[in-house]
Amino acid sequence: MHSKKDNKKKLLWLQGVTCNGNTHSFLNLPYLPLLLSKIELLYFPTMEALYTFEEISECKLSCDILVFEGAFDPELKRNDILIQTMLEHYSKNAEYVIAVGSCASFGGIFKASAPQRNSGLLFNESERTGPMLEVDQKIINLSGCPIHPEWLGYTLNMIINHQKILLDEMHRPRELYSNLAHHGCTRNEYFEWKVDAKGFGLKEGCLFYEQGCRGPMTHASCNKILWNEVSSKTRSGTPCFGCTEPDFPKQNFFNTKTNMSIPEDVPLGVPKRNYLTMAGIAKTFHIKRLEGKLIDYKTTP
Amino acid sequence: MARISKEKRKTGLIDVALKLFSKKGFYVTTIPDIAEEAGMSVGNFYNYFKSKDILAKELVLYISEYLGNQILLINEKDISTEEKIHEIVVMYFEMATKKPEMIEYFLRVYLSNREVFGEGCEGMVCVSPFVTEMMMFFNDGVAKGDLHDQDFFSAFGLFMGYLGGMAFLFGEKILPHPLEWYQESISQNIYNALKKRQ
Repeated sequence: MHSKKDNKKKLLWLQGVTCNGNTHSFLNLPYLPLLLSKIELLYFPTMEALYTFEEISECKLSCDILVFEGAFDPELKRNDILIQTMLEHYSKNAEYVIAVGSCASFGGIFKASAPQRNSGLLFNESERTGPMLEVDQKIINLSGCPIHPEWLGYTLNMIINHQKILLDEMHRPRELYSNLAHHGCTRNEYFEWKVDAKGFGLKEGCLFYEQGCRGPMTHASCNKILWNEVSSKTRSGTPCFGCTEPDFPKQNFFNTKTNMSIPEDVPLGVPKRNYLTMAGIAKTFHIKRLEGKLIDYKTTP
Repeated sequence: MARISKEKRKTGLIDVALKLFSKKGFYVTTIPDIAEEAGMSVGNFYNYFKSKDILAKELVLYISEYLGNQILLINEKDISTEEKIHEIVVMYFEMATKKPEMIEYFLRVYLSNREVFGEGCEGMVCVSPFVTEMMMFFNDGVAKGDLHDQDFFSAFGLFMGYLGGMAFLFGEKILPHPLEWYQESISQNIYNALKKRQ
C-alpha cells in the first residue's frame, strides 16, 4: 500500500531566461507552507527541495507538475545541459506544464529584447508557434509580470484536488482571467464620468485617459484578488500595464496612445463609435464630488 | 386614403419649424405659426412636442443625426483621408445649398440662443451623433498616418469653423460664386492644414 506521502504530486520548478520575479512572488503566497505540505518539491530555485539542480539536470527523474519560469531560449544551457532537453524530458510524463509569468506564457520582456530567439512555451506573443506544441494539452499559462501568487496557489490546489481547470484560448484558467483588471477597480466611478487622474499616487481620478491604464482591456483579476491581500496597481495610483496579455510589454507605460486626443484602444468589446458617444456625453456633466479630493468634499451643504 | 403615420407627421413638423425658424427667427416664430403652416391644430401640435424649447432641442438632434449619418457613410468608404475630406466638404455644401434651413438653424438658432439649449442639451448631448462621427474621421486619419496628431478640438474647430464660415457667407449672399465653386480649394486647404507633417 502507498503511504500518503507517495500520493503527493511531485513538482519541479525550472527556469528559462528570467529575472526570478515569479519565484519571489510565489514566496509571498500567504498559505505557502500549507500548500507545500500537500506537494513534493523535487526542485525549486530558492527553497530547500529533495534534489539538487545537478541531479535534476541529469534528466533521470520524472514529475507530475512541471513549472517553467522565464522565456524559452533554444540555446540556453544550465549546468551545461540545454533547457530544451530538460523541458522535453520532464514534460513527457508530467500531467501539467505550468508556464508561470508572461515570459513563459508569451515571451514577455525577454522576447521583447531578443525577438528572434526567445518565446513562450506554447505562444510567441499570440501566435501558437512556441516549442512545446506537442504537449499543448498539458500547458496552463499563468501570465503576469510577475505572476500573482494566488493565481499559482489556485491552480496548484485545483490540480492537487483533481479538479478540472477550464482554460481560455490563450490557455489561461478562465476562473482567473475572464475578469478584466478594470473589475473591482476603485476608480470606476471616475471612469464612468470621464474624470482624469491629475497625477500618480492619488486616490482620485481615472488612469485610463492620460496615464496609460490598460485595465479595461486586460484579462486579470488583480482588483478582485488583491496583491498581498490588500492592494493593486490601480488602487495605489499606478496604471495597469496590461502585463497578462500576449502583447506585453507595450511601450510608454505611462501614456495613453491617442489619435487627436481620442484613445486608440477602447474598453474590450465596446465599439469605438459607441464608446466615443458615451464618453462625450458623460464628459458634459460636472460632478462636484469627483472634481476635488474626496476627503475635502463636504457631505452636507 | 391612407393615414399619415405619426412619425411622418413629426418629420413634417420638423421641416416646417426649421424653415420658419430660419426665415423669421426663433423668438418671433410661434407654435400657432408652425401648426398653421403644417396644417394642423395647435392642440395637435402639442401631441408631438410639449413646448417650443423641446422642439428646438429635437431639431438640433435631428440635424446632428442627419449630418452624422452622412459622415458615417463617407467614413465607411474605402478611400483616402484626403478624398474623405473632399466628400465631407461636398456633402456639407450640398446641404447648405439644398437644405439651407438646416445649416441656418444650426448657425443662427443653436449657436446664438444658448439659453434655450441649456438644460438637456448641455455640451455634446444634442450634437453627439455628429461630433462622434467627426471623432471617428480624425481618429482613422491619424491611425492611417494621413493626419497630423493634435488636440481634437484644434482640428475640429479648423474643419467645422471653416465650413460654417463659408455657409454663413453664402447665406448672407456675400460670396461672388456658388458654394460648389469653392469645394476644391477648400478641401485642399483643410487637407493641407491637417495632414501629417513631413
